[in-house]
Amino acid sequence: MWQKRAIALVILIVGTGIGWYVYSSQADASRPFKLGLDLSGGTQLVYRADLTAIKGSDVADSMASLRDTIERRVNLFGVSEPIVQTEHAGTFAGTSEERLLVELPGVTDTQKAISLIGETPVLEFRMLKEGAETNATASSTVNDLFEPAAITGKDLKSAELQFQGGTGQLNEPVVVLHFNAEGAKIFADLTKNNVGRTFGMFLDGVAISTPVIREAIPDGTAVISGSFTPAEAKELARNLNYGALPVPIELISTQTVSGTLGDKAVRDGVMAGVFGVGAVILFMLLWYRLPGLLAAVALTLYIVAMLALFQLIPVTLTAAGIAAFILSIGMAVDANVLIFERMKEELRGGKSAADAIHDGFARAWPSIRDSNISSMITAVILFWFGTSLIKGFALVFGLGVLVSMLTAISISRTFLLSLDMQAKGGFTRFIFGSGTSN
Amino acid sequence: MFIVKHRNVFFAISALLTLAAIASIGVFGLKLGLDFTGGTLIQATYEGGRPAPEVLTRSLDAAGLKGYSLREANTEDYILRAGNLTPEVRENLPAILSPEGSNPVSIGQLTEVGPTIGLELRNKALVALGLVLLCILLFIAFAFRKVSQPVSSWRYGLIALLTLCFDVIVPVGFFAFLGYAVGVQVDALFVTAVLTILGYSVHDTIVVFDRTRENLRINHDRNRKEDFAETAGRALSQTLVRSTNTSLTTALVLMVLFVLGPESTKYFALTLLVGIITGTFSSIFLATPLLVTVEKWRKSGKK
Repeated sequence: MWQKRAIALVILIVGTGIGWYVYSSQADASRPFKLGLDLSGGTQLVYRADLTAIKGSDVADSMASLRDTIERRVNLFGVSEPIVQTEHAGTFAGTSEERLLVELPGVTDTQKAISLIGETPVLEFRMLKEGAETNATASSTVNDLFEPAAITGKDLKSAELQFQGGTGQLNEPVVVLHFNAEGAKIFADLTKNNVGRTFGMFLDGVAISTPVIREAIPDGTAVISGSFTPAEAKELARNLNYGALPVPIELISTQTVSGTLGDKAVRDGVMAGVFGVGAVILFMLLWYRLPGLLAAVALTLYIVAMLALFQLIPVTLTAAGIAAFILSIGMAVDANVLIFERMKEELRGGKSAADAIHDGFARAWPSIRDSNISSMITAVILFWFGTSLIKGFALVFGLGVLVSMLTAISISRTFLLSLDMQAKGGFTRFIFGSGTSN
Repeated sequence: MFIVKHRNVFFAISALLTLAAIASIGVFGLKLGLDFTGGTLIQATYEGGRPAPEVLTRSLDAAGLKGYSLREANTEDYILRAGNLTPEVRENLPAILSPEGSNPVSIGQLTEVGPTIGLELRNKALVALGLVLLCILLFIAFAFRKVSQPVSSWRYGLIALLTLCFDVIVPVGFFAFLGYAVGVQVDALFVTAVLTILGYSVHDTIVVFDRTRENLRINHDRNRKEDFAETAGRALSQTLVRSTNTSLTTALVLMVLFVLGPESTKYFALTLLVGIITGTFSSIFLATPLLVTVEKWRKSGKK
């Protein structure tokens, strides 16, 4: 008995501790809940990658480098906690396709977000055709004079700003290109075979530098030296670093929710949660009396545990997720209701309160187990089926089913047993349930 | 048990509800929303009062939008549904929505879904629905594998499945009516609600059947002869309070969610609410009475 009471006390203390942790983390906003875009406000963009020019074996690499490029670009614009991820999709639409998902919390100007990602410069390398005049670029088009070189913007690893050339104070700003291992090899061959020819570097089709190759360059670096100001050179290096996309992308879906709308959804969700919990607790108290009070405590512990889990996992909360949580609060008392009804029956059968508690739990268990299994089936399938909105619902719902089973069975049982109801007196029977006298 | 005794009344009510739901689906139809068809939804908020519909329509026509629908929402909003936007339209959206700059606009929500994503979600939803039904069927078969006397376990499963169909048809019919009355469209959340109802109401039915199973076993152990209608009726009255109380707490929170909760989950909560009430109704007034009727048929067929 004292053991049971000690356990009950420990549960209460731990529960209060977790509750305090959750409360304080919200009070000083040190660990705020992760909110989905529909609650925090922001923009989600989905792109389809055009992989027609990419070999099947290179798809994963290309997508990874696309993600990295976009991620750098998004970070450059100072969006807090952006999400950039690739997604293989389309199994259910007949054709499969590779997608890129970009989430920008706080960005609510859709068009700005699109241009932030979309308008990226393309870096090209070309060779001047044999016999063409370099200074004729003004009157002829680029394609008339230049032919594509073996090396492309994809082979570029990074670009940096350096100062070199002159002596003393007269340093000239230049942009140094570093190619990746493959690019370095191509570039070495290219420079070796084309000594004396003009090599052109183009950004979005505009020539930015057209040096003449003087010797083979084996180390995979090239220097662009135009007549740059330091600021221009810096911008060029940045564009080269963050600009060149390995594959073309096409926008296929956008979603933007304004911050005000998101804030309102959060407020409404919290309001519905508070009143929902209040209604359930009131009902349990009125109908089941003392066990109802214990169920209310167990329900509070359930809520605290769920909130803590939301932070620790962490779960990204959406409006659907909040709905799932509120729904799960209504369903969490189901196990308690099953047990208490069974207990009342056992009491009616003339058993002592302690025996009724034991048998009530034991007999209600198969029903509790079965009902939770069917809800879990739904949650798992929904999680698989889901868009991010539905996944938010399914995750919280599934988590709720599992945690509520734990709190309803183990916690309310420990509490009930720790009360030590040996007496068969009328008062005990009264506080243990309405309707047992008839 | 009065429910078992007057079961024909409840069969009639159930049949009526089913017919009404089917009629509602047939007459009003289900309007597929943006999630499934692709297209654009814009919620435009005019804090200083919104322009007249004709003014806005003229501006939208001038911008080259076709096949759009414009609906007034709240007191200062417009909901605009259209096909996919061209980059020019998207770029000039604030100007287009605020003709002549007279009504300053803020875009509360802009959702654009490409056609492939819509198609994909539609197929996925159908697969998910099939998968949930299959898993629940397997689960029922598993849960009732040990019951055989006097009604064999597959009959329990069949009846559970039948009530499940009822539980789905009624909220879907209700939703079709909602679509007609307030223009609600079928979206991914609606599918989620239907699947959740499936999971919820099957367990309600199982709890009642479970009790019938237990009573049968006790009767068998104690060598007590009892009419099946009695046994099943007793199981029903034993689980009645539990069924209503569980549904009541769930219905309570859903009602609160519908009234106070976020705008985006309002109809989701309402669909769930209707589904849960239907599910509870069917597990009390439909499942066990059907079981008794089936048993009666079996008996009279034997004689």
